[in-house]
Amino acid sequence: MKHALILPILLPMFTGALLLAAARMPLGLRRGVSLGATWLLLPLSILLLAQASDGQLRLYALGGWQPPFGIVLLLDRLSALMLLVTAVLAGFVALYACRGDDERGSDFHALLQFQLMGINGAFLTGDLFNLFVFFEILLIASYCLLLHGGGAQRVRAGMHYVLLNLLGSSFFLLGVGTLYGLTGTLNMADLALRIGQAAPSETPLLAAAGFLLLVVFALKAAVLPLYFWLPRAYASATAPVAALFAIMTKVGLYAILRVFTLLYGSEAGELANLARDWLWPLALLTVIGGALGALGARTLQMLLGYLMILSVGTLLAGIALGSPASIAALLYYLIHSTWISAGLFLLADLIARQRGEQAGALTAGPALQQPLLLGGMFFVGAIAIAGLPPFSGFIGKLLLLRAAPMGYPTLLLWTVLLTGGLCALVALSRAGSTLFWRASGQPSVTVEHDPLRLIASSGLLLGAPLLVLAGGPLQAYLQATAEQLLDLAPYLRIVGGGA
Amino acid sequence: MEALFAVTLGVLTACGVYLLLRARVFPVVMGLTLISYAVNLFLFGMGRLNSGMPAVLGKTGEYADPVPQALVLTAIVIGFAMTAFVVVLSLRALGEVKSDHVDGEEPRE
Repeated sequence: MKHALILPILLPMFTGALLLAAARMPLGLRRGVSLGATWLLLPLSILLLAQASDGQLRLYALGGWQPPFGIVLLLDRLSALMLLVTAVLAGFVALYACRGDDERGSDFHALLQFQLMGINGAFLTGDLFNLFVFFEILLIASYCLLLHGGGAQRVRAGMHYVLLNLLGSSFFLLGVGTLYGLTGTLNMADLALRIGQAAPSETPLLAAAGFLLLVVFALKAAVLPLYFWLPRAYASATAPVAALFAIMTKVGLYAILRVFTLLYGSEAGELANLARDWLWPLALLTVIGGALGALGARTLQMLLGYLMILSVGTLLAGIALGSPASIAALLYYLIHSTWISAGLFLLADLIARQRGEQAGALTAGPALQQPLLLGGMFFVGAIAIAGLPPFSGFIGKLLLLRAAPMGYPTLLLWTVLLTGGLCALVALSRAGSTLFWRASGQPSVTVEHDPLRLIASSGLLLGAPLLVLAGGPLQAYLQATAEQLLDLAPYLRIVGGGA
Repeated sequence: MEALFAVTLGVLTACGVYLLLRARVFPVVMGLTLISYAVNLFLFGMGRLNSGMPAVLGKTGEYADPVPQALVLTAIVIGFAMTAFVVVLSLRALGEVKSDHVDGEEPRE
């Protein structure tokens, strides 16, 4: 089973290539292949999670080139967890897309598979340049997916997204190039070793490279000064794409977590915990920005986009605190926010379909065909995402708040997070009451009931109670993940003699 | 050689940033291309600037580092793909939005 480690990359790659080559196959067959391959990622990632949960680091040296010379894939608890989160999300997204959204343009399923290949690769790789390559793969697939279906609105929002990310890629290369020029290696573990041993004259340049990487990852993760592309892009994408993009900001957060715990973590000598002082204010400001945006949003999709930013800020605060407890809490919140916001994006599309012309606009409109069912789902999702008991958002926030050390960080974090939660709650209840209660007359359009779409959306929303029910074992795993991340000795042993 | 190289990179980047800030798709694409040239040269320079060095270890004390060349090759290929994509996107934006401003609408004076 040594090769299972690379399968989450190879499986979508070959499926995507097959779907491109066989573009003339009947749509039903292509849907079947894509759905099958996407759901196959789930048992695969569960297998990898089971492997990783013994606490060993697993390496896969491509071409048999041992680190630090070749490219390695690295499986630890964190990457296995991220793979699982992606697999669950992608399965439901593919299911939803199969109900019609994939017909709006060509090659939706091939693009979806390449996107998954890039995301899984970014989570698995242990090489900085390889991370860049996987970022580019997932980005170019995401450009096409974002524009999927066409239309002026999408092109307009897509332009910002594409141009910003192209510039971001240049920054990434500058950062990687500087690191290579100074250390002569690209393997993350080797980089961590050499940054720790760097001469004092090199530290300013190494710090500059680190901050360049931070800018790139912050752009992907949509942290405060760099988030303005997100709400419009997510609001204009088709529903399955917007739901899939729930994991995209998390890829950026994952990269921040990986690079700034391993490369610039506790073993980095003078540069130890380089970004922490910056992440803290940025996280809190991102929460405030997301909350204000949510209050001012005029469509349901925009509102969800701003709530995504709010959750990015919350997660970043967890990284900034940097203790095992806070990292475990942020990972819990990450799973929750990925699944629930994706479920809400799908639900928003279901609601918009039944409102005809009004779509997602937050104005009084015609009655819905299934007000009770959709309203109930919206209620559950809204409570979870706003962080109210009894669902997962509450537990996640509670864990994070408890992880803050006593003193002024606690005061700030509690104030900002709880106010942000209140703003989210106000925005969501306003949206909910407008959509479901200020509706009058008969439904304006008759839409076919589509149980599979409902299953896809509610499957993701079901994460809210399930994450609470599985809270005990999950929390134990996440605590172990956080401790593994912060204990760098096994990572540093990768170079020169295996894990 | 280092000074000339550095100045070239600086000029390329400065032109790129200037063009990028014009906020019209054609200059922006040109600007991004110039920046990516600068970045590629920068990556290349990270293997140290020298000429006539063997690419084989052990022959002489100094050798040409092959890794940055491999990185540059990858970056060039990716850069080409991205430029092609953004050109097609710009043409499509021009057709659909009827404006070559990156915001999709003319700025208010």
